[in-house]
Amino acid sequence: MKLITIAGPPSSGKTSVILKLIECMGLPIGSVGVVKFDCLTSFDNLRYREANIPIQTGFSGKICPDHYFVSNIDDAVQWGIRSGFQMLITESAGLCNRCSPYINGVFSVCVIDSLSGTNTPRKIGPLLKLADIVAVTKADIISQAEREVFAFSIKQVNSHARVVFVNGITGQGSFILAKYLQQARDIQTLRDMKLRFTTPAAVCSYCTGETRIGESHQMGMMKKMEFKKL
Amino acid sequence: MIRKDFLALANDISIEDLLLEHPIVADFLANLRLDNIPRQLPLSLAIEEMDEDIIQEFGLDKFGVLISFCEFMETFSTAKAQNPAVATLTIIGGLNKSGEPENISLTISSGDIVSIVGPTGSGKSRLLNDIECLAQGDTPTMRRILVNGVELDDLQRFEMEGKLVAQLSQNMNFVMDLTVREFLYLHAKSRLTVNAEQVIEKCFLGANALAGEKFLLDTKITQLSGGQSRALMIADTAYISNSPIVLIDEIENAGIDRRQAIELLAQREKLVFISTHDPLLALSADKRIVIKNGGIIKVMEIIQAEKQSLKAIEKLDGILQNLRHCLREGDQITVDLLKA
Ligand SMILES: Nc1nc2c(ncn2[C@@H]2O[C@H](COP(=O)(O)OP(=O)(O)OP(=O)(O)O)[C@@H](O)[C@H]2O)c(=O)[nH]1
Ligand SMILES: Nc1ncnc2c1ncn2[C@@H]1O[C@H](COP(=O)(O)OP(=O)(O)OP(=O)(O)O)[C@@H](O)[C@H]1O
Ligand SMILES: [Mg+2]
Ligand SMILES: [Mg+2]
Ligand SMILES: [Zn+2]
Ligand SMILES: [Zn+2]
Repeated sequence: MKLITIAGPPSSGKTSVILKLIECMGLPIGSVGVVKFDCLTSFDNLRYREANIPIQTGFSGKICPDHYFVSNIDDAVQWGIRSGFQMLITESAGLCNRCSPYINGVFSVCVIDSLSGTNTPRKIGPLLKLADIVAVTKADIISQAEREVFAFSIKQVNSHARVVFVNGITGQGSFILAKYLQQARDIQTLRDMKLRFTTPAAVCSYCTGETRIGESHQMGMMKKMEFKKL
Repeated sequence: MIRKDFLALANDISIEDLLLEHPIVADFLANLRLDNIPRQLPLSLAIEEMDEDIIQEFGLDKFGVLISFCEFMETFSTAKAQNPAVATLTIIGGLNKSGEPENISLTISSGDIVSIVGPTGSGKSRLLNDIECLAQGDTPTMRRILVNGVELDDLQRFEMEGKLVAQLSQNMNFVMDLTVREFLYLHAKSRLTVNAEQVIEKCFLGANALAGEKFLLDTKITQLSGGQSRALMIADTAYISNSPIVLIDEIENAGIDRRQAIELLAQREKLVFISTHDPLLALSADKRIVIKNGGIIKVMEIIQAEKQSLKAIEKLDGILQNLRHCLREGDQITVDLLKA
């Protein structure tokens, strides 16, 4: 079974892109499944169901969705294989810009919204930096020049990535994205495979439930800001 | 330059001098929060002075920074940014919506203007999409698009990575919060334009020549009117974008000098395709593709008689333009205005 990981900031267009992608791959209905990793709640399952795409949703709740992703991804793969899928796509919202769900050897796509600001690609970290392909959405409403500037910003932090413009509404561009994804490898299990980037564990007292503010309640790894005199 | 040469830059010359020679290095440093690095040293020595923790946050070690630097410089070296040259584009027919063959092979050369006409929903935008993705018999229309007479394999198509085609449509807007000057500067930078100042000046003048109402270099791009935005987009495509193929989908209501606009693009040796319902635009093209039911049914070359009627259409258009002008000025619209 081929495995593809798709991640990106909330509402960047991941579901729209995945739906168009599946449509243009032309695989038999039921042979492509999706697992959505979300935080608190999600309405994506309705859209996938409507398109007759088998979907499983998991909620990370208190923990970083990428940590949650790593803890569950191999089970997701086993579910996909048991269900007889030819392809499994994971969708996860990159909420903490510190982590990313990409695994060495697993085809990874970052979906990013071109309306989010030209410098955004330079700010979002491993989610973009370590992706194989960066799919840019919502470029239908911006000028050609702004598209080019946006692609330039992406190349600055990830010079290896292919930048593909995909229209999540009309599907324009999803065709070329589908072509790239044919390169995705067959995966039987992810056991012993490695994340592309470390996801730090709970490192400070706030990670473990502390709510009180002040130096005396801060334990573990703390990073303090430096406030210089004006 | 190859990777080894960039490594030499990191070892041998101070960051100060590096920045003078390659201003884009400032972006590299900012991306890794290395803005405060000692600039009198070469990069390889300066990173020794840096906080290892910051570098680690980016998933790098000190050596990794040097590797990233070389990759970054390689990506933005002018050789890589060059657009592929396109002398000709060939459209080889596929199937229309009923699955009947189009039976056509049409070759267009740079500097040509081609209009695409046909009823609403007939497939004009679809043809533009086929060109954009360099279809190789793998889109619903089964058309094939050859560049310089040859078919492209997937790898070559990926390599082109959108460098071939610039698009312009009615739905596009400017969204960046920048002045015209800042915007053109940023675009020129991203295109690694040499002589940016001059190019920006030309582009600005070109845009103002197309726009009805003039704007300034200090005007915010988001404050431009629809017509001014379209004018700036066209001039920008002509002077800065550098993509050899331009696809235009419906700009008839743009409120700019449409003929002058596409002539500007054609003069820049571009291959211009315009999907349109506008007779003036359609007849400004050397060739005209007629589409029906998803298929190309014929390709017409403009003939002398049509060129003559183009003159009459221009006259009509002039009358209409004048009517619009009078309306805007608050004049009375009388029958006299309809006489040329
Ligand atoms: N104009 C335009 N809108 C788009 C495009 N792609 C997505 N959208 C819209 O953007 C909104 C968010 O899209 P989704 O696909 O739900 O985004 P998502 O990343 O899956 O969101 P979450 O899973 O909730 O994080 C929807 O209203 C889409 O219709 C695009 O290319 N152009
Ligand atoms: N040869 C074809 N085979 C299958 N589908 C086609 C073909 N040509 C066009 N279509 C489909 O027909 C629909 C309408 O086409 P398109 O949007 O290109 O029309 P249009 O001529 O641009 O219309 P308008 O003038 O309203 O913009 C699209 O969904 C397109 O994909
Ligand atoms: Mg979604
Ligand atoms: Mg159309
Ligand atoms: Zn995290
Ligand atoms: Zn914490």
